[in-house]
Amino acid sequence: MSIAATRVALLGGIYSNYLALQVALRQIREAGVDAIYCLGDLGAFGPYPDRVFPLLQQYDVQSIQGNYDHSVGHALDDCRCGYTDPRDNHYAQKSYDYTLENTSSAGRTLLRGLPEKIQFEMGKHRVLLCHGSPTKVNEFLWESTTSTHYLNVMLDDLEVDCLCATHTGIKWSRHLNGDKRFVNVGVLGRPENDGQTCVWYAILSEHDEKPLEIQFVPVAYDFQRLAREMASEGLPEEFQETIMTGWWTTCLESLPAKERKRGRF
Amino acid sequence: MSRAQVRTHLDESVDVGVKEYYFTGGEPFLNPEMVPILIDALEYGPATVLTNGTVLKERWLEQLAAAEEASCYSLEFRISIDGFCAEQNDPIRGEGTFDRAMEGVALLNEFGFLPIVTAARSWRLEEEDRVVDAFLDRLRGAGCRRPRLKILPMLRLGAEETRSSPYAASDRVTEAMLEGYDTSQFICEQSRIVSDRGVHVCPILLEMPDSLLGAKLGDADKSFALKHGACLTCYQHGAICSNPSAGYRVPSFSKSTE
Repeated sequence: MSIAATRVALLGGIYSNYLALQVALRQIREAGVDAIYCLGDLGAFGPYPDRVFPLLQQYDVQSIQGNYDHSVGHALDDCRCGYTDPRDNHYAQKSYDYTLENTSSAGRTLLRGLPEKIQFEMGKHRVLLCHGSPTKVNEFLWESTTSTHYLNVMLDDLEVDCLCATHTGIKWSRHLNGDKRFVNVGVLGRPENDGQTCVWYAILSEHDEKPLEIQFVPVAYDFQRLAREMASEGLPEEFQETIMTGWWTTCLESLPAKERKRGRF
Repeated sequence: MSRAQVRTHLDESVDVGVKEYYFTGGEPFLNPEMVPILIDALEYGPATVLTNGTVLKERWLEQLAAAEEASCYSLEFRISIDGFCAEQNDPIRGEGTFDRAMEGVALLNEFGFLPIVTAARSWRLEEEDRVVDAFLDRLRGAGCRRPRLKILPMLRLGAEETRSSPYAASDRVTEAMLEGYDTSQFICEQSRIVSDRGVHVCPILLEMPDSLLGAKLGDADKSFALKHGACLTCYQHGAICSNPSAGYRVPSFSKSTE
């Protein structure tokens, strides 16, 4: 797909955080962009998964399918997040069971129909959006465990200039050979284990055929309300603590050493 | 392997697009060049070293901590043991090795590392929670504020062939079993292992004559027949050699609830 875009907004996993999504979409509309994309995992972790869908429709957000969307859409029995530790899977299952139970049939139909990837052009730059990686929806592309040449070869093979992913929950980007770029856009669903309660999205811009620019944008939202709603929905206290403090308390075993050391737990 | 040999393979790995590097042995730290090898590797990508943790020296850890700090990549230590107590571990690994491994874990924590203690499951599955909780308590007592574990399935190879039983001829992956299976779970689908003999298909089959695929990483991108008993364990558990951060799900053969 070719669009005459010079500026697009990229949202990572929403994880049912409709309150942050609402604020982010208003910010994006005010800032002005040519298109808004979500890189998948609409539901998870937070309360009321169905509240995300009308917002995405209202703001004409084009989404791709994350592992959660695939699992919920097809009513599988787990989220396929890619966790290999039983402690991670314990909490992942609680989150998944709640999300599946509380996603409407219409929502699940929508999730089933999402595309796995979206590709478009910005000027001369070919941009590919995926969830985990282009080859595996639940691959974790962490900053500290992804070599630069792994990305160089991947982008060359795919014949793209900019690859954007989410899935890990922590934003980062790296310049690659020939002005190419990898971007992990972060997530709107939960803070990124740095003691701040804000969440993040990204703006990708093209100016006069120069290398693409990436800007990460913080979103301050009513996290206390989200935590209250999580409590009233019976979601684990550990999830509420993450929302309230900005530190991850669960699904920690998938973190590589460097990312784990930056957190509190 | 010498540092120079490893460097040659690291150079080759750039064109292949290797994502991360694992170093194993024997005991890697018996190689006198292991510290500079790891420092070199961190220039290329993330590195993980699988050690028994009994021979680590403070000056090595000082150098490695500085190298990791300067790199954008993680350096992971995996401490291999054969059970979460001396009674289970020492009969297999030698008298006193469990306590020495725990000293190694504590030392790594002192230098700011978060080692992943790796043990093959030598207990019954129904005992897992109790065994794991007791061991986590022990690790916390030894100074690990954030203990990390990786539990491996028991591979019936080497000494384990006589300790339990070897794979039976019928313990094989069949074509029918592969129908609808995510084959990227197999180690051989996502990695290769380099030794002083060349490039092998996977670390578990290293000693098998058919495991050698070529001299260089670029020559070893060929398919491999899943004809060994250990392939069945890989099929059943998936990603058994990777770190948890790799993000490959444990196959669960999930079915739709509808």
